[in-house]
Amino acid sequence: MPSTVALTVARYRPEKETEPTFQTYEVPLRKDWVVLDALNHIKDTLDGSLSFRWSCRMGVCGSCGMKVNGKPKLTCAAFLSDHLPGPIRVEPLDYFPIMRDLVVDLTDFMQKLKKVKPWIIRKEERPPAEGEYLQTPDQLDAYKQFSMCINCMLCYSACPIYGLEPGFIGPAAIALAQRYNMDSRDEGAAERLRILSEHDGIWQCTFVGECTKVCPKHVDPAGAIQQYKLTGATQWLKSLLLPRGAR
Amino acid sequence: MSAGPRYTLYHPGWYRRRVSVWWWLQNRSYAGFVLRELTSVFVAFFAGVYLWQLRALAQGPEAYAQFLARLKTPLFLALDAVAFVFVLFHTITWFNLTPKAMVVRLRGKRVPDHVVVGLNYVAWLVVSGVLAFILLRVRS
Repeated sequence: MPSTVALTVARYRPEKETEPTFQTYEVPLRKDWVVLDALNHIKDTLDGSLSFRWSCRMGVCGSCGMKVNGKPKLTCAAFLSDHLPGPIRVEPLDYFPIMRDLVVDLTDFMQKLKKVKPWIIRKEERPPAEGEYLQTPDQLDAYKQFSMCINCMLCYSACPIYGLEPGFIGPAAIALAQRYNMDSRDEGAAERLRILSEHDGIWQCTFVGECTKVCPKHVDPAGAIQQYKLTGATQWLKSLLLPRGAR
Repeated sequence: MSAGPRYTLYHPGWYRRRVSVWWWLQNRSYAGFVLRELTSVFVAFFAGVYLWQLRALAQGPEAYAQFLARLKTPLFLALDAVAFVFVLFHTITWFNLTPKAMVVRLRGKRVPDHVVVGLNYVAWLVVSGVLAFILLRVRS
């Protein structure tokens, strides 16, 4: 194994550039180093002006998502040794506005996430004195996969639909809506369906399937959206055929 | 009292990228996806041919013979061959995607993906077999 590897990192400094450029750094190639370690090495010893987000460095916080050699990845889980030979290309996630270097603006997602009401909705809240809402292991299983989402935005960066139709609510937000729809304690499915069957909801998805492939937590947002389409279509058919009370 | 953090939507200093017209050539699965979407044109083509066949059938034996003769021209044979490949691609890719859209649970357990896909192929074979049986019996 060579002792160093080149990292070609996207730079964008709005105060002096009008569009992103690339800068190459030579970093030590260590077997146990991930791309995030290399970026931290650059920041600590080579160029303190490089900006990027990170926090937990163990695949839990979802802040260090970037494109490594063109693929959206958590940089804390992307080993340098898996991307040899260099130069390894590190870019900010696609489709989000770039604020600086590798930092993108996620406001759009935050607003969409709120829109799908990702919390437990009850028609009538039970007083705390009556105890918690119980759930069997099977009921937990029904939604657990979708609850693993860490909002890392890799799925948005992998979704060409989100790039072409910026209004699209997007994979993670829909998967999280589905996480609450499948929850036995929740009663808000009808409310969410109203939002998600609008123009920018589930029907924008044409099932490219890349979101599921890049998801580091195996959430399968593409599956969530397709299953939701089935629910949406059935509900629509019911609303057409059945009288109001029986829906 | 502080007003809390304030964000500037559409900040002028931020860089926005445009999606290239050639985005679908960026990687294999995007190209596969666009190809799969294109197959719908050929599915429509087959449907059109069937409607045409029905019309010819309704117009009597002479029209039907003419229809069959037209299908045997090299142009139609070539078109059919291309359409067949695309329709096959359509069928196989969609079959392989069904377990994503349909989660079947039996006794609380999720039926494995390959079983769902396999059942699709079995149904396909059965329907094809029944059709072949009917058609061949009518011939003989």
